Amino acid sequence: MMAFEGLAERLQGTMQKIRGKGKVSESDVKEMMREVRLALLEADVNFKVVKEFVKKVSERSVGQEVMKSLTPGQQVIKVVKEELTELMGGEESRISTAKRPPTVIMMIGLQGAGKTTTTGKLANLLRKKYNRKPLLVAADIYRPAAIKQLETLGKQLDMPVFSLGDQVSPVEIAKQAIQKAKDDHLDYVLIDTAGRLHIDEGLMDELKQIKDLSSPEEIFLVVDSMTGQDAVNVAESFNEQLGITGVVLTKLDGDTRGGAALSIRAVTGKPIKFVGMGEKLDALEQFHPERMASRILGMGDVLSLIEKAQTNVDETKAKELEQKMRTMSFTFDDFLEQLGQVRSMGPLDEILKMLPGANKMKGLNNVQVDEKQIGRVEAIIRSMTKNEKQQPEIINSGRRKRIARGSGTSIQEVNRLLKQFEDMKKMMKQMSSMQQKGKKKGGMPKLPFM
Amino acid sequence: MSFFKKLKEKLSGSQEQEQTTEKYTEGLKKTRSGFSEKMNNLFARYRKIDEDFFEELEEILIGADVGFDTVVELIDELKLEVKRQNTNEPEALREIITEKFVGIYAGDDEMSSELNIQETGLTVILFVGVNGVGKTTTIGKLAHQFKTEGKKVMLAAGDTFRAGAIEQLEVWGERTGVDVIKQAEGSDPAAVMYDAVRAAKSRGADILLCDTAGRLQNKVNLMNELQKVKRVIEREIPEAPHEVLLVVDATTGQNALIQAKTFKEATAVSGIVLTKLDGTAKGGIVLAIRKELGVPVKFVGLGEKMDDLQPFDAEKYAYGLFAQAFEQKESESEDETAE
Repeated sequence: MMAFEGLAERLQGTMQKIRGKGKVSESDVKEMMREVRLALLEADVNFKVVKEFVKKVSERSVGQEVMKSLTPGQQVIKVVKEELTELMGGEESRISTAKRPPTVIMMIGLQGAGKTTTTGKLANLLRKKYNRKPLLVAADIYRPAAIKQLETLGKQLDMPVFSLGDQVSPVEIAKQAIQKAKDDHLDYVLIDTAGRLHIDEGLMDELKQIKDLSSPEEIFLVVDSMTGQDAVNVAESFNEQLGITGVVLTKLDGDTRGGAALSIRAVTGKPIKFVGMGEKLDALEQFHPERMASRILGMGDVLSLIEKAQTNVDETKAKELEQKMRTMSFTFDDFLEQLGQVRSMGPLDEILKMLPGANKMKGLNNVQVDEKQIGRVEAIIRSMTKNEKQQPEIINSGRRKRIARGSGTSIQEVNRLLKQFEDMKKMMKQMSSMQQKGKKKGGMPKLPFM
Repeated sequence: MSFFKKLKEKLSGSQEQEQTTEKYTEGLKKTRSGFSEKMNNLFARYRKIDEDFFEELEEILIGADVGFDTVVELIDELKLEVKRQNTNEPEALREIITEKFVGIYAGDDEMSSELNIQETGLTVILFVGVNGVGKTTTIGKLAHQFKTEGKKVMLAAGDTFRAGAIEQLEVWGERTGVDVIKQAEGSDPAAVMYDAVRAAKSRGADILLCDTAGRLQNKVNLMNELQKVKRVIEREIPEAPHEVLLVVDATTGQNALIQAKTFKEATAVSGIVLTKLDGTAKGGIVLAIRKELGVPVKFVGLGEKMDDLQPFDAEKYAYGLFAQAFEQKESESEDETAE
């Protein structure tokens, strides 16, 4: 009921009907378009945007591309994905720089979108990636302790925060902050404004005043990626009144499909520049339209997964491991190391979720990888002596008892692990002999807890 | 008598009734202006009920974030009703729609929007939800209201993670003149709760409002942490927390349904606080939450002022949404009779 179906699953029913006929009719295309519409609506894409979009896809589909194709379902998905990606624009995470420093960036948006956190993340990125010196400006004088929040972030980042308390107008704060940046030779000024409703005339006017006096190079609209149909009203209104230059999509590490991204892009035409991917201060990433398209369609995020694996798995170590597997000299030490590498990619259930269709797969559905269980496996291995790790066959019942006591587990658990390790080695032997015949490069073996 | 008239009479009884009805009507002004304008427009343009009419109605409801399944069901029910009444007059549907709305919101079970407040002893209310929905602000406003009712209130600063969260709650504590139990940023939230419940018991408080850090429902570790917080409270007072309120931002789309499901599984959510309804968002997803999970809305946030947090009342809500359309129609029919 609750896990929303992706487009691929949605199209399956229609496909089965067509399969017997061997030819795709216009009414088949119409039926497929209904599924496309549903998939997008469930992803929170605004219904008006959906209407336009489906019209466009439908025209392409009724034409040669889909109807003449042998795999019309795949073809529809391909067309939809292409159009979606195109609509969301190119990858653009550039930040403009003013001709004369400091460059001013205004952060605006509704309450609770994540402006203050994003301001901290953006400052961190500017320093880390571009070697800039930003000044954080606490211009949210309304929400209790908002200033304190920015100050704490400034402390964590070891960056200057400009504040005049909550009794001075944000316009004045912005003015003095820019002067301060000039005096201290800081080259970026990030103004964290208070969250406000786009229909609050008084507060919108305040933003206009800040804009007029600071001539910002960028005005970033910060939007919660879980926003529903109202995203278009919000984005349109902020854009009309202030002329935003880009969008930052926050909380994308949740399980929302994030259709708001498409809606906002469609109504404002402004690029999505960054996405917030976690609570830590380095979790601000570049926006990838193609990945977002997959996500909206519920097709998983394979690219991110590959990227994660690439950044976290050491290649030379992987080669060494492969060698060990071939020669059957894989030990508990190697196993422990491998565990560490997999875990450094992040929580395992999140990694599983990135696999396309993982939420639909039997067995994987609602799988909760028990991180505690992995911890226990690690504890057992760490309780072995050096010799035991290298030559597990010497582990007799006395040693098993000691290992169980040392790791705070039971003898049964130790036995199970030893058995699994034996099985794994056997499997590796089979795999490597298969690979040598096929002359293929080896991958990672399956771990016992997966 | 028509359903609208009955509603109106019911809601204009006492002065207090009228005041809160006024709050709803005022707070939902923007929400309504989009919604009922569209509805009026729809009813004005169609002479008879046909497929196009239903399609447009479907779009209006989807535009209000009412979940797709709920919309389809609602439309099916309406189609059935049209058949039963053997009519194709759009006007006949106007009231039926309002009635259906109230029906779903109010539910047919006995689950009411009233809070489970203990007559004697301590009542513990735990607030949960994703980041940025307004948990701390909601607690501040509720603290003010309970205090005004003459209750002894205490707050527990359970958001030890977000920068400035403890200070934010402390400001509310000062504003409302209420004690805040806290520890340093980064400490174990379960330990804060343990302290808070103990302190509330020993100081003879009536109400303990427990703040927690915002968390996305797909973070298994953080959901486990929340369960631990709840267990600690349970261990101190077996029947506590007496309420677990999930705070939901009205601008949230379909994800709110997954939020409600996951938080309900983890912490047995007993009610929803729907915040930020004074914007243009309609918060229609609570219809789906009510329908599919049976969790009722208990409070709605209709503005930034302390008393803008109102106990949810399905009838007032529906009246607030449709008031304009209804009054317009009523005055028209009065004109007709006058002529």
